[in-house]
Amino acid sequence: MSENLVSLRDVEVSFTSGSFKKTEKKVLKGVSFDIKPGEILGLAGESGSGKSTIAKAILKMVDIKAGSMERNTNHPQMIFQDPYGSLNPAYSISWIMQEPLRMSTKLSAAQRREKVALMLNEVGLDESYMERKPGELSGGQRQRICIGTALMREPKLLIADEPVSALDVTVASQVLALLKRLHEEKHIAILFISHDLRTMYNFCDRIMILRDGRIIEEGVPKEMYKNPKEEYTRLLLKSAGI
Amino acid sequence: MKKWFKKHQNFNFITGAAITGILLFTVFVSIFATPYDTTAMSVADKFAKPSFTHWMGCDNYGRDILSRVMEGMGNTFLIAVLTVLIGTVFGVIVGSLCGYFGGLLDDILMRINDVLFSFPSILLALVIISLLGTGRLNVTLALGIAFIPSFARIVRSEVKKQCSLDYVKSAALMGAGHIRIIFVHILPNIMPVLLSSVMIGFNNAVLAEAGLSYLGIGVQPPAASLGRMLSEAQSYLFTAPWYAIFPGIVIVLTVLGFALLAEGTTEEN
Repeated sequence: MSENLVSLRDVEVSFTSGSFKKTEKKVLKGVSFDIKPGEILGLAGESGSGKSTIAKAILKMVDIKAGSMERNTNHPQMIFQDPYGSLNPAYSISWIMQEPLRMSTKLSAAQRREKVALMLNEVGLDESYMERKPGELSGGQRQRICIGTALMREPKLLIADEPVSALDVTVASQVLALLKRLHEEKHIAILFISHDLRTMYNFCDRIMILRDGRIIEEGVPKEMYKNPKEEYTRLLLKSAGI
Repeated sequence: MKKWFKKHQNFNFITGAAITGILLFTVFVSIFATPYDTTAMSVADKFAKPSFTHWMGCDNYGRDILSRVMEGMGNTFLIAVLTVLIGTVFGVIVGSLCGYFGGLLDDILMRINDVLFSFPSILLALVIISLLGTGRLNVTLALGIAFIPSFARIVRSEVKKQCSLDYVKSAALMGAGHIRIIFVHILPNIMPVLLSSVMIGFNNAVLAEAGLSYLGIGVQPPAASLGRMLSEAQSYLFTAPWYAIFPGIVIVLTVLGFALLAEGTTEEN
């Protein structure tokens, strides 16, 4: 049995707002789960249930108030929901994709460009995209670039926060197919955050349902979709039209 | 070159660039030569009207106004450029740190900023000059400090806006440090806004320098600056109106040129 990539135990996260009269809002109320190497774990729930906060907690972008988070992997990467905001508009694709290498390796400019070219091929684009700016690309192309950039540091864990909900259906399925292929080729674990139970059915090995900062149900898609234990899960499935 | 022209085909930008270009060229020429010596007095030419020998006429000491305007433009430009440079560099540093980190640092620096901001910049410059003493360098320094708050404020709000975008988080995930994120990832994206506020700042600096020299605490005589010439000219406004008119026109042209440039650059972005 291999070690878990990430394990969360009773993690609580809360945000405070207001500078004089501090109001505290608990977003995660004791979340526990593990991410095993090489699995695709789905995380579903309505907006405001704390899905993105779990992602941020794993990436250490928010402080964990209580509980513990253990990470056995360096620099997990993330793909964001909005492909229009997640690429720096001031730079070329080549510059953006080289940045992770610039930070973590001592490769020469030519070597970095070579790696970028390889990665572009892997995400289904070609070298002609190198000198383009993000503004010239479509949403699907941008999301491919984001995936490519995230993979530059060869992460063991990729967090995909609603990666296809801003894309139209055909492009979305292409991007999902790309994620699936990269997952199989490189054995990357993916934490797939979504509100769309339909796409998750085929895509995920395991699904967790999040509600109000708690995980209320967890299981393999086939079984969970057939007879959900929780009323809330049933509701979600129904609203997804399953 | 052709491509460049096509890209920059907007009226404001071209007019602004033309006016500023001509003025800068004149300043450049004045470094090497002016039609007459800028301090040479001549009793015969006292209050000479504009003519072919003295294009802009002569002042109360019989000095050639065109020559003095050329020299004055140089001084005014130099002070304005340095002022804006000081304001921008420190404004960008303070503003981006506040906007990026937020929290206590932001609160403290921005409250200090508010205090400075609550003075009119000329008044603040006057206070600083009264501490430092007069002279070209001190005026520049004083105006520069007085200009920091407005730049800091603009940069802060822009950086804050950029911080909410995912590419900033993405940069952190790439392994970039805070300083690199601020100055390499975010700064290029606020350049358009910064650029147009630099242009507007330059205008304000020209006017502020003219104002300070007009009050007698900028450039010291016999050196010329546009503001000082205006203040000297006011006593002879009716006997020799050209003495005030020509430096005034040059100030207006400078401000107009840079305002159009600023407008043009914003349009392009």
